[in-house]
Formats: sequence, structure tokens, C-alpha cells
Amino acid sequence: MSPATQASYLKGLDYSVLQQCMHCGMCLPTCPTYDATLMERSSPRGRIALMRALADDRLGVSREFAKEMSFCLGCLACMTACPAGVNYAELFEMGRAEVERTKVSDALFRRLIRWTLIEMAFCHPPLLRLIGRLMWLYQVTGLQWVVRQFGLMALAPKRFRELEPLTPKVQAKFSFDLIRETERPQGPPKRRVGMITGCVADFVFSHVNRDTVDVLLENGCEVFTPRGQACCGSLHGHNGEWEMAKRLARRNIDAFAPEKLDAIIINAAGCGSHLKHYAHLLHDDPQYRARAEDWDRKARDIHEFLVEIDFKKPAPPASCCANGGPGRVTYHEACHLCHGQKITQQPRQILRAIPGLELVELNESTWCCGSAGVYNITQPEMSGKLLKRKLGHIDRTGAETVVTSNPGCTIQLETGIAASAHPGRPVVHPISLLAQAYRRARL
Amino acid sequence: MAIEELKRIVGDANVLTKDEELTVYSYDGTAMLNERPLCVVMVESTEHVAAVLRMANQRKIAVVPRGSGTGLSGGSIPSKGSIVLCTVKMNRILEVDARNLTMRVECGTLTQAISDAAEKAGLFYPPDPGSMKISTIGGNVAYNSGGLRGLKYGITRNYVMGLKVVLADGTVLDTGNKCVKDVAGYTMKDLFVGSEGTLGIITEVLLRLIPKPRAKKTLLATYGKMTDAAETVSAIIAAKIIPCTLEFLDSVTINCVEDYAKIGLPRDAEAILLMETDGHPAVVEEEAAAMADIARKNGARDVRIAADAIESATLAAARRTAFSALARIAPTVILEDATVPRSELAKMVAFIQSISKKYGLKIGTFGHMGDGNLHPTFLTNERNKEEIHKVEGAMKEIFDYAIDLGGTITGEHGVGVAKKPFLPGQLGEASIGLHKRVKAALDPNGILNPGKMF
Ligand SMILES: Cc1cc2nc3c(=O)[nH]c(=O)nc-3n(C[C@H](O)[C@H](O)[C@H](O)COP(=O)(O)OP(=O)(O)OC[C@H]3O[C@@H](n4cnc5c(N)ncnc54)[C@H](O)[C@@H]3O)c2cc1C
Ligand code: SF4
Ligand code: SF4
Repeated sequence: MSPATQASYLKGLDYSVLQQCMHCGMCLPTCPTYDATLMERSSPRGRIALMRALADDRLGVSREFAKEMSFCLGCLACMTACPAGVNYAELFEMGRAEVERTKVSDALFRRLIRWTLIEMAFCHPPLLRLIGRLMWLYQVTGLQWVVRQFGLMALAPKRFRELEPLTPKVQAKFSFDLIRETERPQGPPKRRVGMITGCVADFVFSHVNRDTVDVLLENGCEVFTPRGQACCGSLHGHNGEWEMAKRLARRNIDAFAPEKLDAIIINAAGCGSHLKHYAHLLHDDPQYRARAEDWDRKARDIHEFLVEIDFKKPAPPASCCANGGPGRVTYHEACHLCHGQKITQQPRQILRAIPGLELVELNESTWCCGSAGVYNITQPEMSGKLLKRKLGHIDRTGAETVVTSNPGCTIQLETGIAASAHPGRPVVHPISLLAQAYRRARL
Repeated sequence: MAIEELKRIVGDANVLTKDEELTVYSYDGTAMLNERPLCVVMVESTEHVAAVLRMANQRKIAVVPRGSGTGLSGGSIPSKGSIVLCTVKMNRILEVDARNLTMRVECGTLTQAISDAAEKAGLFYPPDPGSMKISTIGGNVAYNSGGLRGLKYGITRNYVMGLKVVLADGTVLDTGNKCVKDVAGYTMKDLFVGSEGTLGIITEVLLRLIPKPRAKKTLLATYGKMTDAAETVSAIIAAKIIPCTLEFLDSVTINCVEDYAKIGLPRDAEAILLMETDGHPAVVEEEAAAMADIARKNGARDVRIAADAIESATLAAARRTAFSALARIAPTVILEDATVPRSELAKMVAFIQSISKKYGLKIGTFGHMGDGNLHPTFLTNERNKEEIHKVEGAMKEIFDYAIDLGGTITGEHGVGVAKKPFLPGQLGEASIGLHKRVKAALDPNGILNPGKMF
């Protein structure tokens, strides 16, 4: 079905979702785009009012509306603040879908990025892996070094120039090279879980996926990592590509077969937030609805899961010569973990269980770092402002290591730190620190 | 034409005229009110405000002041063809004076920022409306807002020492100063506190600060009978204790809070009272013990004293989540603030319950029991015209009864447009007449927030 002939998404929405907003304004101070502009149109309350006006036919879908939908980070800080329980996540997806449907926003650059990233790469895992391989080659062959050294980027168009430093460091081995389809723990398995490798994570953070599997094995889980898994579809959902998001969801349900699993584990916050809502996405699909509900019941963020099963606390290193642990770390909360899934304490509980780790709280730890999916590509200016603010807070903690649980945030923070006055500070996943602690305990 | 002139005054970027921009300034925090203005002007200085008013006064264009638009009586809803004058960009803290215990701020400064700045200086700004994270001090002063600490510490008016106000014709007026004692002339600043943007536009506020209390203790008492909770409050006051917080929740609210926050409140209780005392540590200890004792003697089924700050926060959460919990269960929530003398509280609550039955409406009531300020909250749906009609009937009965008991139609949310029809009943002819004469003297062309209040 071509998008232009589809019925309006916002009008098709249950009106009570729009009506639930009582325009009290309690979300305004938590919204990064309102904070930066002090403009009501760039606030959650303003955006919801625009969507309601659209649904009521008081406004049409316009360029201005498209701009606001694109300017919104989708960080969901507004949902945490909202007393009335407004489902902004759903409204936001509908709003962006509406923009796509009516094609009001068609700047060439944006279209190109969308097409390559969203329609091609993230819908075709093998293609994405190929791009990953090429990026890896670009980086290890020294081509990146040559390009950077000789300022060749200066020849590229300005927008691409700004993007280049954001290209993440690709690992030599991807997840499927590091993880077998089924891995069994020592002793009889207590649980059988599915492992989502993610798309960016698959080749940029394959080591985090390996660490996650190690941690699960250590906690008595048999881990199933199906080869046929697809991207979770969150990028598509957030960018209004609904039909594609549904296709990907069905493919994942088939690949994992949730009936046969105790849990489906995700270590990337952004994917997790989306992966827990397949039932909603597929509510009008009679063939998949029940399985999607089963999926939602079992989808778990890794931190959440570990605390639920009362994870094994790593013992202090036995041998005298093992080093003392990670030292002083600070925790940046990924939006889609703290706002999207309301998971805030579990990662801290895991960090505190690690011997030799001192957790220093980060001021504004739940404020978006500006990564927000492809936001750092589509809205570089606002993204840069947020990154700068975040790095300032990180500096003030004096932490040696920054911990966060989302690939997007990790890339964003690494890029920022590399260009800052303290370029050495690593950005790692809490689960990697836990995996290292288990390994150290065995030394 | 007017638009061009506005652009010359405040700059192009500060004049908003697009459909989308007007749509998002057509509401405030009040249910069911909506009107688009002619344009929105984001002012950045007193000079901007003065120039805008001079122009508007000459052309007789209505000006509607607006802070963060969280008002609950429609005070910042635009009138037709009006200029919305939005102050949120005027948000600088100009001075914290620890020697005179004052703070000078611009009108768009957020209440929370004021509270934080005071705390940073080891001082205390007590007024704490539930919306303080986003409300502006200009809105607080224009509405004379209250909060949870009203009983012991008073309301916004008690902390305003001076104001900079722009009058309708653009004249800039400074009124008040840092002196605790000052009887030179009429106390003009008091005229503008609670004037709802109808007499002038406040651009700067000089606030009084006090030393920060050193200790605080929180108690939660549970009751089987509403009247016992009310008796407890009277007995505490009679024992010459002034707690800083005395909040209550009725059974509808308790159950909503429990559904949402799962704090472990007794679902069969008729009322719970949240009490806090603050001040010198020794006094706080003593008062907390006395309050617990009084609560038990007056029929409390259970009294919990928080052992530490964390438990305090948990107990206080019951009250802080009251509004959220109610707001979640209905598409439209209408939060009212009928207020009666403390001694009449039990009667008022019983009356609201009977009205709820009579009209078949769901009403949750919570509020500031210490100062008689109730929040009967209607849980309804604005699309159900029949039910909204009933809500209007129920509200009228509640207001009339509040007036009969010697109370008021609004304790803190203001008159705006929502309470306008009820004001004559509250004030009587003489007072309404005086209101009109004051308004005519200060704003002869009637450009400042027309159609509001009376
Ligand atoms: C969740 C919630 C909780 C609340 N809790 C409380 C509470 O506990 N106690 C309480 O009293 N209120 C409460 N309110 C109501 C409201 O927040 C307050 O009245 C607040 O003071 C309004 O501030 P504002 O900046 O949003 O003003 P607005 O709503 O923008 O304006 C309020 C009125 O003041 C006028 N005005 C604004 N700025 C100026 C200025 N600079 N000069 C002249 N006139 C001006 C406007 O024209 C309007 O009439 C609550 C509201 C919400 C949504
Ligand atoms: S998702 Fe984030 S940026 Fe978007 S409206 Fe909500 S708080 Fe603001
Ligand atoms: S906090 Fe919730 S109800 Fe209030 S304005 Fe924001 S989205 Fe609407």
C-alpha cells in the first residue's frame, strides 16, 4: 500500500490517547528541546497539541509540524514527568508516520540518509553486515587515517564531513563469529533464553554481545542466538516507517519462537524499549497477535533480567596480583532504559556488585546525550549542544570510565570524549564490567 | 501593521504568527478552554514590555500575559484578536542578598530555580505550588499562589517585598523595597499580587527569604472516619503546634494512589493525614511525638513516624502522587479548589461526597487540611456533554456551599474565566463595583487581560 493512500494515522488513533494530555505543563522542564528554545511548539505539550489539532482537522500536516517531529529527540523524558500517564511514545511514532505518509518533508539530504539507513541497511541484515565490513576495512587499512591526515574530508560536502567522526569503530569479528547459535552453561541449564544481537551492536559492539552471553552462561542460562533474527524495527518505528517495523517484528517472532523460551534478552536500551511492544505493533494481525503477546511478556532488558533472577555476585579476585577492578565510574542513563523502560536501579545494582568499582553519580544522568537514534545525523546542532552538556557533567565526576547501556549513546559519548580535553576515557557497557569481574574472580 | 511594529520592538524571531505557533498558545492548564491569539510576543526585557504595552494601548489591542501556562482557571487563555505576551525568556536571577535575606528575579524565572538558588545560599523560599518545577514567579505573584506549606509559612503574597510593574500605558512602576518596615504611601505592590494580569505586567520581583529549617519529621495517620481526621487537625492547632504540612486524602484518592503507586496504603481507610513539622531539631522531635499522640487520641487507626529521610519521602509520596493517580484514570480531570475555614472541613468533605452520589460523578478529594483548602477533583470526559453538564451543576452546588460556610470559591487557583460566573456571589455588589473602579483607573482602555476575573 502506498503511504499516500493510507488513512491518517493520527485520526485513526484512539482519541483518548490524545485527550489524556491535560496540558498541565509538568513535562516542559524535562524536555531538552523546550529547555533549549523555551518555545512551546518544541515542548511535549505543544507537540501533543499540534497532533490533536491535526486529528481534529484544525491544522493540516505542514512543514512546521514536520520540523517539530524531527526536532523531537524521542527521548521520552516527558513520559517520566507526566502525571497523567500520556503515552507520548505512541503519539510520537504516529506523528512521524503522519509526516512520512504525507511526504511534506523531502529535503534531499534527509531522504538520502533515510533511504540508505532505514530502508536499505536496517531492513537487510546481510547488507548491513556488508557495510560494516567495508567500514572496518576503511578503518583498519589505514584509509581512514589517510583521509583524516590529509584533510581529504574537506573535499566532501559539509554534512558528510560532520558525519565522518561519528562513524563508529567497527570490530574485526561480528556477533555471529563470536557467538554460537546455542551455547550451554556448565551444569544443567536453569533457564533457556534468546539473545538479540541488535544491528549496530552486531558489528560495532559484538564484544558486548559476547560479554552478555558469558554473563548469562555464568548465571545458568542456555543461550539461543538465532541466525535468522532481524533488526528490532525501532528505527523504523521512530521514523514513521510502520509497515516495515511490522515486517521485522514478524520475522523476529518466527526466528526466536518465544513459546520455547523463558526470556528474550536485549542489551541495547533503544531496541529493548521497542521490542517490548510487539503486541501493540501487531495488534491487528490475527496470525501473530498471540505470539506477539507472549513475546512481550518475555522480552527483558539484560539488567532487569539479572536482578529478577538474583544474579550471581562476582567474588573479589582470588589472586593477590589481579588488579583492583574498574575504579571510579559514572553511569549515564540511556533514555530508552530510564524513560522508555523505567529501568534505573538495576544497572546501578549490578555496578555496585562489582568488586573494586566506585560508582559516582552523574548530575542530570537521565538527560539525553543527543544520540537519539539517527538524531545526531538529522539534527547535528541540537545533538552537539546536548553532547557538550553531558560531557561537562561527566568531567565534573572525575570518573575514569563512563558506563552506559545503549550503542547509540556509546558512539555519541566516545565521539565527544575523543574530541574533548580528556580523550582517554573509555565508554563501556555495565554488562562488560560484570563479565570482566566474573573473569577476574576466576584468576 | 501591529505585527510589523511588534517585530521592530522585540525582533522578528520573538513574534510568532504561524498557525502552528498560535495553536500551542491557545490553552493553559485548565480543562476545556481554547482560543487562538492574533500573535505571540516573547519579551526579553522590561523595555520590551513597556514598548509593547504603549503600542497596544494606543491601538487598543488586548494583551494577555502568560508565564508557563499552568494556570487552572484560564487566566492566560488568549482573548480573540489578542497579543499573548509570554515572559519565559525573562528568566534571570538578578541578585541573592544574604545580608538582607532577599532575592531579585525577572518575572519568567521558574519557582524551582528560585527555591534552588535560595537553598544554595543556605536560605529558604517556602511557597511551593505543586507546579513549581515549571511555574513562573510572575504567574505565582499574579495568581498569589499557595502550596503545601501555606499553614505555617503563608503564600506567595507573604514573600513579595517589591515589584517592577509595567502599567497599561507603558509606564514603568517600582513599588516596595528591601526594608521590612515601609509605610510610605499606599502599599501599591499588594494591589498587583493576585491581580491575574488585569492591572499591570510584573517584570521583576523582589522576594523575601528566610533561614532554612534545620530538621524535619514526617508522620502518616490513617482514619476510619473523616471526622476523626478533621478533629485531629483542630486538636493539633489547639495544642499550639503549627505543622508545616497537614495534607489529607479521601478514600477515592487513596484507592487511586494505591492502584498507581502501590505504597501500601490501607484501601478501606476513609482518610489519611500526612503531617510534617520542621524547625529546630529538638522542637521537631517533641512536636512529632505530640502530634502522633493527638492523632491516636482522636481515633487514628494507625500512625507511622518516618525514621529517616528516605521513609519521609515514601510517606510524602502518597500525597505528591495524589493528583497524578487521579489524572491517570480519566480523560478529563477538573481540579477545583473550594476552601473553607478549618473548622468547617469535615462538613465540606461530607457535602462533596453527597454531591458525588447525587450526580453520579466520580470525585476524588485531597488537599491542604491545615488551611482548609480542598481539591475536589472531577474525573470525567469532556466529550461526554451530558456528564459535563452534571459536573457544572455539581460545581455550582459545591461553590455555593463553600460560600455558605464562610469559605471561598478559590483558595489558590484564581478566578480567570473558569470561576468568573461565581465571583459576584462570593464578593457582593460593593466589592465588584470597587474592582471595576480600580480596573478603570489603571487600565482605562481595558487592554490588560480583558474578560478575566469579573
Ligand atoms: C499540576 C499543577 C499543580 C498546581 N499546583 C498548584 C498549587 O499547589 N498551588 C497553586 O496556587 N497553584 C497551583 N497550580 C496552578 C498554577 O500552576 C499556578 O497558578 C501558577 O502560579 C501559574 O504560573 P504560570 O507561570 O504557569 O502562569 P500562567 O498560567 O501563565 O498565568 C497565570 C496568570 O497570571 C498572569 N500572569 C502571568 N505572568 C504574569 C506577569 N509577569 N505579570 C502579570 N500577570 C502575569 C496570566 O495572565 C494569568 O492570568 C497548579 C497547576 C498545575 C498544572
Ligand atoms: S521525547 Fe524528549 S524531546 Fe521529544 S517531547 Fe518528549 S522530552 Fe521533548
Ligand atoms: S505532563 Fe503529561 S498531561 Fe501534562 S502537558 Fe505534559 S504530556 Fe500533557
